[in-house]
Amino acid sequence: MITGLHLLAAGGVHDLLAAGGVRDLLTSGSVHAGWNPWSDMRQMLAYHFMVNALRAGSITAVAAGLIGWFMILRGQSFAGHTLAVVGFPGAAAAIWAGLAATWGYFGACTAAAILIGSTGYRRPGGEAAGESALIGTVQAFALACGLLFVALYKGFLNSLTGLLFGSFLGVTDSQVLALLAMAGIIVVVLGVIGRPLLFASVDPDVARARGVPAQFVSAAFLVLLGVATAEVSQITGSLLVFALLVMPAATAHRITPRPVLGLALSVAVALLVVWIGLGLAFYSVYPVGFYITTTGLVCYLGSAAARRAATRRRAATRRRASRPDPSGLSS
Amino acid sequence: MSTIPAVEVREASVVVGAEPIWSDLSFDIGPGEFAAVLGPNGAGKSTLLKAILGLLPLAAGTLRVLGSSPAEARPRIGYLPQRRHFQADLRVRGIDIVGLGLDGDRWGLPLPRLIRPSAQRQRTAVIDEMIDLVGATAFARRPIGELSGGEQQRLLIAQALVRRPQMLMLDEPLDSLDLPNQAAVAALIADVSHQTAITVVMVAHDVNPILTYLDRVIYLAGGAGLAGPPSEVITAETLTRLYGTPIEVLHSARGPVVVVGQPDLTGVHGDQHGGHHHP
Repeated sequence: MITGLHLLAAGGVHDLLAAGGVRDLLTSGSVHAGWNPWSDMRQMLAYHFMVNALRAGSITAVAAGLIGWFMILRGQSFAGHTLAVVGFPGAAAAIWAGLAATWGYFGACTAAAILIGSTGYRRPGGEAAGESALIGTVQAFALACGLLFVALYKGFLNSLTGLLFGSFLGVTDSQVLALLAMAGIIVVVLGVIGRPLLFASVDPDVARARGVPAQFVSAAFLVLLGVATAEVSQITGSLLVFALLVMPAATAHRITPRPVLGLALSVAVALLVVWIGLGLAFYSVYPVGFYITTTGLVCYLGSAAARRAATRRRAATRRRASRPDPSGLSS
Repeated sequence: MSTIPAVEVREASVVVGAEPIWSDLSFDIGPGEFAAVLGPNGAGKSTLLKAILGLLPLAAGTLRVLGSSPAEARPRIGYLPQRRHFQADLRVRGIDIVGLGLDGDRWGLPLPRLIRPSAQRQRTAVIDEMIDLVGATAFARRPIGELSGGEQQRLLIAQALVRRPQMLMLDEPLDSLDLPNQAAVAALIADVSHQTAITVVMVAHDVNPILTYLDRVIYLAGGAGLAGPPSEVITAETLTRLYGTPIEVLHSARGPVVVVGQPDLTGVHGDQHGGHHHP
């Protein structure tokens, strides 16, 4: 039997209770954007749930921006997606067991990362057909298990949407602290292993010859990727983690080939995407996952277009340089 | 210049698994020499390089590198592994790849150069000098994935040189380059070797692009090896004995020696026209 205390402790229930009240607030028409962004922002920050959502989102954006940049560099998006999908049954099981979803995400994602890392995950490109079949099988089974746990929990199927596509409602103070602690671990560990990780990522043979423990660094990164995926899942849901893990990092990679600048840019874009996404979600009735993903897409497409324009301009300059007199034909 | 040989091999044998790769190998490479390790595929050329780097133990014999054991000498050796491609979409600059060769193996944040501008300037100067030495200044700031094979190879040589090693070990650096780039990179390596008095040991499957620059040749074939100056080793008689197949050595009018062998004898003749590839 589930006691009342259990229900209170369950993160999912907490989310939903808060969400019910907040959804009423958001749809009652008492919250609407005016023409003054300053007063709009103050109106938004008057609600504690919104302050917590911004805190959680900002913390997550920093972690996702950093880890995402390395994930793109290493071509490990597939691993990132697998970890995210495994987080879903973890979170659903945690809610079913009367724990906060946070612990389910961190537990499942980190455990899966350690498992993949210890079996000697090879980088994509070297990925064998059997391996990708195995990962596909695990992904499908993980989603099915998550569905089972949500069904076992009975009722509250609303939380299914939140777990898969994200929710910014009902982030508790302790959840913010947990996110902050995990992001802190990511930043510190990345600070320590950052250079050898970069070396091993772009040039593994020479890095090994120079004494970089490439296998250890890769496994450590995979665990960090698991932690980051767990963080992002709590904002965007399991299926939209790439909105924060891929889009800002890919944007940064398109804009600059400088590592330090790229990392900073990746974090900046992730923060921007989260803030705009949360702001839009606050002033409308549509889900935050959609707004965050769409903002990320706009950034990515913008950078891709700018990159293409720059390449074309450079090619044109080169053509002009190699063909000194183009006027003969046109005049 | 010291008289201790850069590499001193005495009756050395290497066994990988249960298979003997080569045995009873003895040779010296003098300091500042440009030496090539030649031979057909599977003769154990890369194995010899790994043994000199101390990555592979000898089954018998002794091996001294730069006056000490191979493992102790490794930090003083610049190593360029067998040809590796950077993916076309890798957006990291060539100059960063060279920089990683300088301090990419260090843990933690690069605090000294974040705090002191002089440390940062000093690092930049070293990297720029090496990039200039290999003639890569014009393209070092572009993403390495966008560069041609020859341009990438120049930057990788700069990466191997950036810690100012006493010896440079290159594993098939000309492989999969086109002919003009083979000639240019071979000339560059010879130039670096003479300018900096660095000992260069280079594995090659085709001797022709480097033949004019070589001071010493180590020929591996059929589990045995032969070493000496090119004029002694690259002769029809020696090579025919080593391979057990007739091989001709022609002297062209312009001076350089051209080696011609049987068409199925990979490694000795000029097979680069066919775009020969190695695993």
